[in-house]
Amino acid sequence: MRQVMNADDLGRVIRRIAHEIVERNEGLDNVVILGIPTRGKPFADRLAAELSTIEGNPVRAGSLDIGLYRDDLDLRPRTRLGPTIIPDDIDGRTVVLADDVLFTGRTIRAALDALADIGRPASVQLAVVVDRGHRQLPIRADFVGKNTPTSHDERVSVRFAETDEEDGVWIGEVEGS
Amino acid sequence: MDRGGGGIMNHLLTTEDLDRATLEELLADADEFSEVLNRPIPKVPALRGKTIATMFFEPSTRTKMSFDKAAKALSADTMAFSASTSSLSKGESLKDTALTVRAMGVDLMVVRHGATGAPWRLAEWLDIPIVNAGDGAHQHPTQALLDCLTIKQRFGSLDGLRIAIVGDIKHSRVARSDIFAMATLGAEVILVGPPTLLPLDTEGWPVKTTTDLDGVLETVDVVYLLRVQLERGGGSVFPSLPEYTARYGMTNERFSRLKDDAIVMHPGPMNRGVEIAHEVADDHRALILAQVTNGVAARMAVLFHLLGGESNE
Repeated sequence: MRQVMNADDLGRVIRRIAHEIVERNEGLDNVVILGIPTRGKPFADRLAAELSTIEGNPVRAGSLDIGLYRDDLDLRPRTRLGPTIIPDDIDGRTVVLADDVLFTGRTIRAALDALADIGRPASVQLAVVVDRGHRQLPIRADFVGKNTPTSHDERVSVRFAETDEEDGVWIGEVEGS
Repeated sequence: MDRGGGGIMNHLLTTEDLDRATLEELLADADEFSEVLNRPIPKVPALRGKTIATMFFEPSTRTKMSFDKAAKALSADTMAFSASTSSLSKGESLKDTALTVRAMGVDLMVVRHGATGAPWRLAEWLDIPIVNAGDGAHQHPTQALLDCLTIKQRFGSLDGLRIAIVGDIKHSRVARSDIFAMATLGAEVILVGPPTLLPLDTEGWPVKTTTDLDGVLETVDVVYLLRVQLERGGGSVFPSLPEYTARYGMTNERFSRLKDDAIVMHPGPMNRGVEIAHEVADDHRALILAQVTNGVAARMAVLFHLLGGESNE
């Protein structure tokens, strides 16, 4: 696989997105950050750490598992359920969903359904490390680390030390294809 | 569709063949389902479009309602069959009944039957997952899962815990299921009861046995009380109910001698004043209602594992 971002690049991108979140929302008073497991979770935690530094207050990210909301449960290998932890009331507030890769948009569709069952945010924004294109639904990201054109067969791997023992982004062919 | 080996379940019939990884995975998912059940809208769309039939050839209220709630919380449709009002009374065989219900378009069957092994026969006859909800005095695997979930939530893990299962072990499918699940998860299981209610042969079971409850009381972390099956007639297996209570009941006096963090469990329905004192049943260290709540989450995990997509991990 070829590396398209190293650990420093990834750190800078997360810092920039954190600043953009503060700018767009004029502070963080009304913002709840939720990562989508697996790799949206460390991304959300990193964002929260940067936001804590920027704002001088501790910011805690939650997590929103979408395993029970997928529209393709019959089509794909079943993955383990991840945790859903909502740190604050989300009613009437702005939820920033954090995920590693934006691809077809189906994960985000599922996340919006999951959110609707949990509460009624005033608005929902989306932050992703990589937007690789190939959308199948009318969904776009508000905060993008890197726009990376890919072919449909390629695999984009965003890695965090918390889950993968290294930081960075790689692109390559799908194994076995 | 290969779901043959490697700890991947086709059916849930018994706890005897569940490996630790599978048990841990079911319990981890059950924990997530506990969170789902605490949401304002305690329902997820995971099994939308699936139909689950509950086939109860023996009376049950709590287990049947618990499976029903679990299926509905996953957005599955449910169909209920109960023996007393069915064509069984017209002489239809178990096989024909099952094939008929399957032909209506059912994706999974939950079965309770008085005959040991009945769920295994259904698993042979039908091409859909079968969940054993109790077969005779043999197995009741979802009860074991909810019990292990309750213990795990309290202690973090079952590793190294000492668990006493007390009472009518011989006729108890709950005990037979719990023993294997708890031992696989690392607990030490001690069976306690009068000689007439202990199994004749526990060879191959990962347990110790004793007839002396007072001898183990102060060293155990969990006391799991079994229901005295009054309908089976106390007189034939022990002299009298008061004598049973005197030797094996969780009285207030015995409760006061437990370790400070020890818990009391019971699969229900309880005979208050027989195997468990009124005050003990209502104490915060008696987790009997937590067991009932966890039953729904544990059954959701089982249904989701059997129907929620193909696992090839």
